[in-house]
Amino acid sequence: MRYIPNTDDDCQKMMQEIGVDDVEELFSDIPEKIKLKRDLKLPDALSEPELKEHCKGLSEKNSGHRCLSFLGAGMYDHYIPSVVNHLLSRSEFYTAYTPYQPEISQGTLQGIYEYQTLICQLTGMEIANASMYDGASALAEAVIMANRINQKNEMLISRAVHPEYREVVNTYTQALGFEIKEIPVSENLLTDVKEIEKLLSPKTSSVVIQYPNFFGSIEDIKKIAEPVKAAGALFIVAVPEPVALGILNPPGLFGCDIVVGEGQVFGSPMNYGGPSLGIFAAREIHTRNIPGRLVGETVDKNGERGYVLTMATREQHIRREKATSNICTNESLCALAASIYLCTMGKNGLKRLAELNLNKAIYAREKISQLKNFSVNTKTPIFNEFVVSSKISVDTVFKKLLEENIIGGLSLARFYPEMNNSFLVCLTEKHKKEDIDKLVSVLNTL
Amino acid sequence: MKKERTVGREGLIFDEPLIFEKSSSKREAFSLPSSDVPEVDVKNSLPDGLLRKEIEGFPEVSEVDVVRHFVRMSQWNYGVDLGFYPLGSCTMKYNPKVNEDVSALDGFSHLHPYAPEELSQGALQLIYELEQDLKEVSGMDRVILQPAAGAQGEFAGMLMVHEYLKSKGNPRKKIIIPDSAHGTNPASATRCGYVSVQAKSDSRGCIDVEALSEIVDEDVAAIMLTNPNTLGLFEKNILEVSEIVHQKGGLVYCDGANLNALMGKARFGDMGVDVVQLNLHKTFSTPHGGGGPGAGPVGIMKHLMPFMPRPSVEKEGERFYLNYDIEKSIGKIRSFYGNFAIMVRAYAYIRSMGKEGLKRASEVSVINANYMMQKLKGYYDLPYNKYCKHECVFSDKIQNKQGVTTLDIAKRLMDYGFHPPTIYFPLIVKGALMIEPTETESKESLDEFIFAMQEIAREAKEEPDTLKNAPHKTKVLRLDETAAARSPKLRWKG
Repeated sequence: MRYIPNTDDDCQKMMQEIGVDDVEELFSDIPEKIKLKRDLKLPDALSEPELKEHCKGLSEKNSGHRCLSFLGAGMYDHYIPSVVNHLLSRSEFYTAYTPYQPEISQGTLQGIYEYQTLICQLTGMEIANASMYDGASALAEAVIMANRINQKNEMLISRAVHPEYREVVNTYTQALGFEIKEIPVSENLLTDVKEIEKLLSPKTSSVVIQYPNFFGSIEDIKKIAEPVKAAGALFIVAVPEPVALGILNPPGLFGCDIVVGEGQVFGSPMNYGGPSLGIFAAREIHTRNIPGRLVGETVDKNGERGYVLTMATREQHIRREKATSNICTNESLCALAASIYLCTMGKNGLKRLAELNLNKAIYAREKISQLKNFSVNTKTPIFNEFVVSSKISVDTVFKKLLEENIIGGLSLARFYPEMNNSFLVCLTEKHKKEDIDKLVSVLNTL
Repeated sequence: MKKERTVGREGLIFDEPLIFEKSSSKREAFSLPSSDVPEVDVKNSLPDGLLRKEIEGFPEVSEVDVVRHFVRMSQWNYGVDLGFYPLGSCTMKYNPKVNEDVSALDGFSHLHPYAPEELSQGALQLIYELEQDLKEVSGMDRVILQPAAGAQGEFAGMLMVHEYLKSKGNPRKKIIIPDSAHGTNPASATRCGYVSVQAKSDSRGCIDVEALSEIVDEDVAAIMLTNPNTLGLFEKNILEVSEIVHQKGGLVYCDGANLNALMGKARFGDMGVDVVQLNLHKTFSTPHGGGGPGAGPVGIMKHLMPFMPRPSVEKEGERFYLNYDIEKSIGKIRSFYGNFAIMVRAYAYIRSMGKEGLKRASEVSVINANYMMQKLKGYYDLPYNKYCKHECVFSDKIQNKQGVTTLDIAKRLMDYGFHPPTIYFPLIVKGALMIEPTETESKESLDEFIFAMQEIAREAKEEPDTLKNAPHKTKVLRLDETAAARSPKLRWKG
């Protein structure tokens, strides 16, 4: 067995030194009643070529990846530069453990320190952690952190925040006695600032907005921040599509307290939903309340600069039941991918990428708005997603599109029953003009 | 004179600054096509005051710079592919390369999670089959793959315990957790609104059953135990423990991190366990990635199924689908369906090993650990002198006489070319050194490590300062962690 070097002979020699004749003696402390006395009912082992063939077959039972897709809604298909996978595949990176022994983990540690810096630069915040699992659980942790900071129990979350993010927040906080109130969305697909002002109270711990929001609309976080800060609540902004920050001013500029996001877009394929990368950034005064790992700079005995995991007294392995979070394993390799990606795109590349996304989305929105059976709000500012309202049932539209091997987007009915004739369309730099024209021409036949 | 038989050498260790320090205006590494649609007047498309001027501080480097930067950094890292990585509790087994290849297949990696189910049958089938495999290995009635890590699996499991007991009229207040438990256990319990009560281990390293029966009452929601425990010992009284807890209406949560000792030998479902989390990045060979990603599937018995996270993956005839209709579900615990690319690797691993391979893996992991224990016995203090399972725990008691600590031993091991074992865990052994070889190490590899440990024990007696000032051969010497925490510098500022 190629992953188990020791042969029966090797095992015999070792058992002799241990002082047993049979390996079963080493399992003799398992009560007879518990011992498994049959084989595991699993398929027989496949050889490597057979395994590859089997998995290839399984992967080809999927066809969603072969369609022309306009799906976004929290996971985005961006181009991944070739360098990312070549560098990420270095086994010094991916077969390493958590860098608890810093002297032989400087590769991982410097990589994460750079990631933390890049996230701060991108979001305009002062500190960032080494990652959470995904944007949704990062948001849940942010809401819990706000409660730790101000001891208040009421949270206001916009209906325009990703429905899965909102559900995960509910799951995470269900046993903690919080009260979560929903901020309504107005007809222009933006969170109603007046409603925020109405809902704010001395009991409000935090207010959560998504930027751009789930419908693709760009919330005016500059305007929203004012009443939130005035009420003494923490302002939390979720950014599931942080490529937008290539051309949008970062939340940190407007007094935001915690920024969370989804870093999948930075160098990770969609992978049917995971692994993801929970971005988590906050203001420096909240450092001791931040969940997750932090990498800090220090020096060694000779004064050489080096990096270490730090402030572990916040974490579960030290603080146990009083830890800021139970998180241990995070998404370190995905954070490294993000580092490599962002270094590759650089200051000008990310900006240019964002412009391309905007160009494609505006072009598509224009063309679709001219179709007779479809309407789009062309006034609300967008980044790379927008909502299309249809006079024909969305199911019918999608069925027709699928005949042409097109996935038109996400039907909103599943999350927003009041919008059951609308769907969310996403454009990225990977969509060519002819792809968009094809979508439009098929929609035109309906 | 002893011959220094060590793999740790020096040379070819480059210095490499932060990427921001290598930045030079207008250098670029990206390549994007020009726009085939009209350029938008960005300023007029965005709300006032939201147009970003630039991303201040972001690097401007060439592709050559990027590549050299990360290649040099990689050379400072120890990985399983470099050498023996005996971290107790982490199961640092070899990460098979074919698993990397299959997880990168287009049909898996390029699939959007919201792609219609009819177009995602391969992915759904894989999740379903992996859940079946893990059910069989763990002996549980149902396995859910959604949790992104062990801690998230623990949290999901304890939430289900909470909801189950709530449905019976009273969620209760306390969770009993052994003093040897992993820190995520009490941290997860707190997230469910519970208070953790410590259970003492007896002199033989296992849960003290008598002491336990005194603290289990009708206010105890569950016990969270680890089996094999964090000393590498099988909790042989587990059936008794389960009985005590069940009798008072509580549930048994098992931390399944140490499953590598038990595959094909014993199953959690047969031990009276109600809920267990497994770690794909431990037992099932998926890479640790420098700290993640992993996956922490949670296995449950029938009575907890009404509360499982949604969606679940179901099969009807030949068709697979996502079921959101779980009335009493605790809800979603992460977006989408879990760390799918990690599931693909674990699936490929189980298919490569088959039933025979998994059993052999467990048996050899236990032989390797006992061999290690036997050979180091005379050199280091062994608090629990009995056959272990997949890991063994030593302490620095003998070396303390020369003022040498576990930390010193760990740092000196680096000079010999090894990653140290887990140190200072579990908490019930002062100066703990937890060694888990795993089955993917050869006898020769173990002998090299044993030699190094024996040498270090000798050095502790004859030249303790060598250890106290270790490591000597690494890229950086011992780092000042106190200073890092005292005045935290968590980012480059320029």
